Amino acid sequence: MGLLSDPNRRRALTKLLTRLNAPICVMCYLAGVAWFMGLAFEPFTLRTYMSENAMGSTMVEERFPAGERALATGREFAAHKKKVGGMPVDWLVKTMQSRGLEVFTQSFTRKLPFPDENKERYMVRGTNVYGILRAPRAPRTEALVLSAPCSEGNNNNQAVGLLLGLAQYFRSQIHWAKDIIFLVNEHDLIGMQAWLEGYHHTNTTGGDWSPLQGRGGSIQAALSLELSSDVITSLDLVLEGLNGQLPNLDLANLFYAFCQKIGVLCTIQGKLQRNDWDTTSGYSHAAQTMMLMVLKQASGRPWGDHGLFLRYHIEAASIRGINSFRQYKTDTTTIGRLLEGMYRKLNNLLERLHQSYFFYLMPSLSRFVSIGYYMPAFGLLAVILLLRVSFHLWDNRGFYFYLTPSSPGVLSILTPVVISHMTGVALYTLPILSQEMAVQHFPVSETEAVVLTAIAIYTAGLALPHNTHRLLQGEGTEEGWRVLKLVALLYLAVLLGCTALINFSLGFILALSLVPIAAFITPHTPKALSAAIMVLLSPGCTLLYCVFVFQELQETPVSLQDGWMLFLSVISQGILDHALYGSLVYPLLALLIYPCWLLLWNILFWK
Amino acid sequence: MAAHRCNIFMLVFVLCGLTYVFVRADIEDTNHVKDAESVAVDIAPKANIGASLRSTKTEDQTQAAEEERQWEAETNPADAPSDNKADHVHDTMQNLDSRPAPYAKDQTQEAAEEERQWEATEVKEADRVPDTMQTPDVPPLTPAKDQFQEELVIRPLHSGDIYASFQFRTMWDTDFLRGSKVSHYRLFPKSLGQVISKFSVRELHISFTQGYWRTMQWGQPFLPSPPGAELWVWFQDTVTDVDGAWKELTNVLSGIFCASLNFIDSTNTVQPSASFKPLGLGNVTDQRFLRYAVLPREIVCTENLTPWKKLLPCGSKVAVCLMFDALMKVASSQSFRLSYNTSEICHNSYCKSTVWELRQTLNVVFDLHTSGQGKREWSLFKMFSRTVTEACPLASSSKVYVDGELFELSPTTPLLSQAVVLGDRRTYSVYDLTNQATFGQTRSLNMLLRWRAAESGDMLRPLLHGERYVAGYGLQTGEIHTLMYNNHPYRAFPVLLLDTVPWYLRLYIHTLTVTSKGRDNKPSYIHYQPSKDRLRPHLLEMLVQLPPNSVTEVTMQFERALLKWTEYTPDPNHGFYVGSSVISALVPSVVAMDTNSTRECPLFSSFFPCKEESSYFMRVYTEPLLVNLPTPDFSMPYNVICLTCTVVAVGYGSLYNLLTRTFQVEEPSPGLAKRLANIIRRLRGVPLL
Repeated sequence: MGLLSDPNRRRALTKLLTRLNAPICVMCYLAGVAWFMGLAFEPFTLRTYMSENAMGSTMVEERFPAGERALATGREFAAHKKKVGGMPVDWLVKTMQSRGLEVFTQSFTRKLPFPDENKERYMVRGTNVYGILRAPRAPRTEALVLSAPCSEGNNNNQAVGLLLGLAQYFRSQIHWAKDIIFLVNEHDLIGMQAWLEGYHHTNTTGGDWSPLQGRGGSIQAALSLELSSDVITSLDLVLEGLNGQLPNLDLANLFYAFCQKIGVLCTIQGKLQRNDWDTTSGYSHAAQTMMLMVLKQASGRPWGDHGLFLRYHIEAASIRGINSFRQYKTDTTTIGRLLEGMYRKLNNLLERLHQSYFFYLMPSLSRFVSIGYYMPAFGLLAVILLLRVSFHLWDNRGFYFYLTPSSPGVLSILTPVVISHMTGVALYTLPILSQEMAVQHFPVSETEAVVLTAIAIYTAGLALPHNTHRLLQGEGTEEGWRVLKLVALLYLAVLLGCTALINFSLGFILALSLVPIAAFITPHTPKALSAAIMVLLSPGCTLLYCVFVFQELQETPVSLQDGWMLFLSVISQGILDHALYGSLVYPLLALLIYPCWLLLWNILFWK
Repeated sequence: MAAHRCNIFMLVFVLCGLTYVFVRADIEDTNHVKDAESVAVDIAPKANIGASLRSTKTEDQTQAAEEERQWEAETNPADAPSDNKADHVHDTMQNLDSRPAPYAKDQTQEAAEEERQWEATEVKEADRVPDTMQTPDVPPLTPAKDQFQEELVIRPLHSGDIYASFQFRTMWDTDFLRGSKVSHYRLFPKSLGQVISKFSVRELHISFTQGYWRTMQWGQPFLPSPPGAELWVWFQDTVTDVDGAWKELTNVLSGIFCASLNFIDSTNTVQPSASFKPLGLGNVTDQRFLRYAVLPREIVCTENLTPWKKLLPCGSKVAVCLMFDALMKVASSQSFRLSYNTSEICHNSYCKSTVWELRQTLNVVFDLHTSGQGKREWSLFKMFSRTVTEACPLASSSKVYVDGELFELSPTTPLLSQAVVLGDRRTYSVYDLTNQATFGQTRSLNMLLRWRAAESGDMLRPLLHGERYVAGYGLQTGEIHTLMYNNHPYRAFPVLLLDTVPWYLRLYIHTLTVTSKGRDNKPSYIHYQPSKDRLRPHLLEMLVQLPPNSVTEVTMQFERALLKWTEYTPDPNHGFYVGSSVISALVPSVVAMDTNSTRECPLFSSFFPCKEESSYFMRVYTEPLLVNLPTPDFSMPYNVICLTCTVVAVGYGSLYNLLTRTFQVEEPSPGLAKRLANIIRRLRGVPLL
């Protein structure tokens, strides 16, 4: 308290902060990175535990017997799928009805803003089929969802077979207290989006779907199942959803607990758990797993069909069967038992899953880092921005800079801010709007047109500082760039702070690249070197590095050429995710982060 | 110390005493049938003055009852079925014509039932003496004060489930409200009678339901009810403090029925203006005397079944009600419902005197899929683990009806009955349990149903059907959608929609839209009562015309209120319930819809559609809603306390520091000359520089 009221001590403090500003900033940055890397070190993490009492102690006896029959159903489904050349709606309806479910269908059409070259689709037309197993003596207020996508080619047939097998088995049991919805969705996420919007009667992204006929009340939890082979070696749990949302940690705990109980190998991010945390390789394994999670979360896209449930406050995860070359195989009956156990426990829930964490990182399936542990890493980075603010606000003696009469007008500050944001708006809107024109004039496909336009606008933004000055009268003053830098620092601090609260990973990655340039950029640094560093640390290049790092971590390294192609497709995916599912990463980058970076770029070229 | 111990002993003693008293009271209460016995024994001789002498005092109560019935049969030889028919039809017609629309349902139902009875007797006429159950409809010379009927209807549903509906009807020609206090109870349950007289109740309807009636799969139930507990009461117009009486009544009923009816308070009670009309006598339309409340959260279980059983004259010892012991295995049922309806009804066609009627129904839907492993076969023994061995000796009629013709019944019954129930013409096989021949050689009745064909044919789609859900996401706003389906191919009909929404969902009534077939549908009547926070719920009643073959959607936006932290339930993350909305309608009959008239009926009868079958009353309840409200993290008080303390300490501390500190301008130390000058000045005694 004395600090605030005692001018002497206050002066001492500000003097310390201003004099040692640069070393403190560097220390903070290094500490932040070190803290983050330390999160993967096992002694610093917590072991997962089941917080929800309703799912905790009660033991469930799993008796699902019909794995073979489920596989046969899957083969039948595959045959019908091939015959129809898409979703065998009639067959599914009949099969589900014969299993005693109330069956409904939903048709949807969706025109993508531009063709999706990864999945080769443009005009999407499909049908979702779902059957509701009505819980006896429950008033249709709560439901659980089990979904399996009907994918192109030969994928996921086993998942649909198992889903139908489970439906038949669940129907003969009497202990269900919540309705169970068995959903087979076509065109993976687009179908899921249509179904969820139909279920909740919302329309966030302008899709066209037919209204649902049957409902089961508020959905409490959902699992999405992906299986492509008759036997599997391990099950992978996918948690990352839209905009980096994660389901409650108890869902992951439940999965882990049943994998342990039944004896199925389980992975997260495709990585098994290792016990040798005290060795270097053990640590790097955990760090890789966590980094993968951070990168996936930062991307803001749904990494499985479950990802869209999270918006509706429905805890959801995808379970993916993986068949690798390991000796130990698990058959479908076992997976069925695992799912039965999980649904029995979810059925026991008295409240929504809320006891455990919603914000966490997982270095392995049995350890987690909670928000309280990872936030300091970001805080250490963010505090640099505030330190720099203080540095620019106070002079060396600890007094405020007073705005002299020669201080810059509002206009000279506002102009670069407005122009930067206009560039951001152009980056956000033009790629999709101008795709037709681009296709007419250049020999490119629509997708390429969109991506290349985006890159062109992004690059064109670099030329801006030279033009902004033409709009201003006279020379930019010393005070001018200081004020602009203050604005940019505060803006970036607020932006990153808010992003990190919603999506820690995205906030942290952006802070890693943007904080150093924001901290040390002035018009007086060597122009060429600074410009090179700024371009290398710009959001676009960060994305490029992330693509390479991600591929490296997934143990599928790519060449420079492939990496670039991947980078282009990632951009198009990002724009599509925004248009189709309402992912916010693309607008955030285009409308806020990029203009902020342009402000800094303006400072560098301040005259 | 000794005194303390003494006190404890006294306390224990007093407690024991109290327990004994309560237990005694309880035993007496459960055995009120036995009390009634002695009463009956006393009354019987008086009634039998004209009859031959019998040593009734030594006979047990069942015999007394039987005698009474025999005697009635003797003294009322006039109750020929043909007369009855005329009376009934006349009665029904009159009722249908004279009464306003919403009443018609029960009249129709009643009419249908009576008709059923009549037709049953007509068939029986050939082979046996008419039963005494027609007696109440003709004024007896010395009226039987009370009587009891029981029946079980078994209806195989199209989904493959079995619907069993037990109904028990007690009628008593007495007056609870005027004149001397009623103290002799025979068949009518005393606990209910006292409630009726104490609170001046005109009509009382309670239902407890577990599960949801799936109209689209199962068709219409005989008596619809919403999930949870529903209570609606019409008070006599002599009651001055209706709210007080209602509050007390709910508490008393909560004790009688072992249910949480005491949770009914002003926040979930409404006074519907049009949806709930008295089902019995009395043409009151002043809704001040009506109270309606639903508790969607109330769960029905065996503890509700026991008090329900207690109200029956035969308890669960004999008769059709044998079966509830087995109903303890309701685990295999899909939906399960108990209800009580008490009202005053006409004693005869001219309504010169009235009787009190108590109908107790128990409806169960058994899931054949889980228990039968797909085999289309059903028997009483399989469902209830026992067979029927005898009827309740106190019952004047005791019957089992089996609905439909798609299966083989064994043993077969010669009695058939046709009735138009809920707009559909059905054929029933009837087993009369008062007839010893029904039980056959084995002295027990075990019906066996075996389906003739694998497919049970197409089900007629229910003409009216309702659905409801919450749309939107997030915890701030939402939208309630109510869908009403009119599946009639060419006829439009009006429906009354009643919506009760708790105050913590703040309805935006200006967002109310009613659309059918993509066009705006203007309700012809809207009654809206806005909520008051923590006092009363929203009430919305609308009369909407449903176009033929259409879906009408009623939407309304709402905002979720932030409750006070003590107002949250112990499981706030479960969500908060919003009770079912009620759709009441006069639905055009399916029989009238059947225009191709392939049925064998005289040509001359089909010039105009038959009047009394043209429409019937129907009530549909939608599913209740579960809505999540913004919920604080209750497991975080420690963190919150820490945070607030820190903020207060930092904020307050620094402010206090700033306010109390005195600031002085510190002067730089003066020069040597000045200091010397000051010393000299101090010596001289003049002010310093």
